[in-house]
Amino acid sequence: MITNRINKLFQGDKKNILSVYFTAGYPKLDDTVPTIQGLEKHGVDLIEIGIPFSDPLADGPVIQGSSHIALQNGISVKCIFEQLKDIRKSVRIPLIVMGYLNPVISYGIEAFCKKCNEIGIDGMILPDLPLNEYNRSFKSFFEKYNLHNVLLITPETSEKRLHEIDDASTGFIYMVSTSSTTGAKKNVSDYSTEYFQRVNNMKLKNRRLIGFGISNHKTFDNACKYAQGAIIGSAFVKAVSQEGTLDEKIEKFVKSIK
Amino acid sequence: MSYKVNKEGYYGEFGGAFIPELMYPNIKELQDNYLRIINSKEFKEEFAHLLKDYVGRPSPLYYAERMSEHYNSKIYLKREDLNHTGAHKINNTVGQIILARALGKKRIIAETGAGQHGVATATVCALKGMPCVVYMGRVDVERQAPNVKKMRMLGAKVVTVDSGNKTLKDATNEAMRDWINHPEDTHYIIGSAVGPHPYPDMVTHFQSVISEEMRWQLMEQTGSELPTRVIACVGGGSNAAGAFYHFLDDTKVELIGVEAAGKGIHTKQSAATLAIGRPGVLHSARSYLMQTDDGQITEPYSISAGLDYPGIGPLHSHLYETGRAKYLAATDTEVLKAAFLLTRLEGIIPALESAHALAALDKIKMNPDDVNVVNISGRGDKDMETYLKYFDDEKYQTK
Repeated sequence: MITNRINKLFQGDKKNILSVYFTAGYPKLDDTVPTIQGLEKHGVDLIEIGIPFSDPLADGPVIQGSSHIALQNGISVKCIFEQLKDIRKSVRIPLIVMGYLNPVISYGIEAFCKKCNEIGIDGMILPDLPLNEYNRSFKSFFEKYNLHNVLLITPETSEKRLHEIDDASTGFIYMVSTSSTTGAKKNVSDYSTEYFQRVNNMKLKNRRLIGFGISNHKTFDNACKYAQGAIIGSAFVKAVSQEGTLDEKIEKFVKSIK
Repeated sequence: MSYKVNKEGYYGEFGGAFIPELMYPNIKELQDNYLRIINSKEFKEEFAHLLKDYVGRPSPLYYAERMSEHYNSKIYLKREDLNHTGAHKINNTVGQIILARALGKKRIIAETGAGQHGVATATVCALKGMPCVVYMGRVDVERQAPNVKKMRMLGAKVVTVDSGNKTLKDATNEAMRDWINHPEDTHYIIGSAVGPHPYPDMVTHFQSVISEEMRWQLMEQTGSELPTRVIACVGGGSNAAGAFYHFLDDTKVELIGVEAAGKGIHTKQSAATLAIGRPGVLHSARSYLMQTDDGQITEPYSISAGLDYPGIGPLHSHLYETGRAKYLAATDTEVLKAAFLLTRLEGIIPALESAHALAALDKIKMNPDDVNVVNISGRGDKDMETYLKYFDDEKYQTK
């Protein structure tokens, strides 16, 4: 049974949970830790630490760009683990690692999970790790090292598969608002709420966060009507790309959402 | 030992479908339906008809007399270069367009490197009156301009890709992103035996017509269906997969794949994935990949844009690990030399890709009675500019 900070966050009736994705090593190589600290300080509930990959298939131009620059800055899995080694001395909110499979496989699946556990990571989101492959060669390590595997659902996910994913999920479900790559121009309020309603009515055992296309107060608010909260990625990456100190940019951004 | 794909889409430890949930409905639909469709009577009839009357199959198996004399061994050339659009790529696009229509799809997307697969896709889309979008890296758009014009003339929209390193790998990423954004009406025609299951199996199936024909053509010409060895170039590996397929279980037949060594496998400018890569996951399949210690995909290099890919199809990784096939690598210099030699001895200008297979003839010990089949996967028209650049240099001529 996997239990950690994620379970605590979703316990009870906590609403309007704000989860923020950022790209490790972006805009500067050493911004990883200050970004996490700043996000916690300004009231974010959950953080997704993006591990850059050369070929981010599910991402749009914004996160492709930040990943590319972070890699040019010299970021690597080893470097991220080194940056994060003392993170639990200063940060208490749940931390999730988000990235693509190949760097994880390259590091070694078990070694990667073990390191995450030592650092105090609570879960992983690997968009190119589907459920059957997770069960085949990842699940035992996630369980051994107390890491939640966060699975995605989309508007195209069938009811049968929704139940499979719900059964396999332990932390929460990442509900993708629209069939698109990240940072799509459309925003959540443009969609028919039919999909959100339909999933709401299914009474899944896991809590949900809505992501993709959440970029401001209005879209965040709307998403929160249908789930425990929402995830912001591209809009935050864009915000930290602006001029100013990192702390100011984070403060301004979080205030604009909540 | 089985060399066929299993139900989960694996060749031994390679393959699978590492797809984001966003691609799940499309891939599942293909996985659940492709065998039923391609084994149906209607499909088989239309596929056979188009291969014969539109593509121009069977492609000849030609006994190359002067090459045979030069190498003191029997050399047969499988002439995929004589197909409509000039390469083996059309075998696959004809198969996939019929499949796409059987699935009720309304829109076709594809990636292309050298432009051969892009042209082959645009061609079948014109044939069937379907809208076609081809993704192509900016670097390739610039170095393969004639193929870009052909695609446009055929009615395709060519989207220039500026992400990543702007070549084939990035065009593939962009095509997959398009599919994620258009989950309902679109079919993605992948050009090689790569990508998530069932693509490697499906593309291999459509290309296997190459070895199917080789068997009866060899029977007619040599009195045996089995050659001593089959040689083919490998990038993603679709022409090699097609040329090997019907010989996989005849273990006496030597199968030789030839990768692009570029400037040499010990330099940073190479595309010889099996020689210098290690297993990982790219474009939704587990296979050998060129990557850094950190698991980032590295940019390949080859004189031929069609072999300029940092991965290889999962079937080949399996054949490599089990030892069923051997894989060699040919450098740019060896390739140019081999292309000029074939041109002068037989009057056939091969594609740079295919010239990699020819270059292997200098690396293999052959006996006079051996029957060697070399797959000439495409013709060299698209490569004339490159050939002319080196043609006058004696270094590339065989004395």
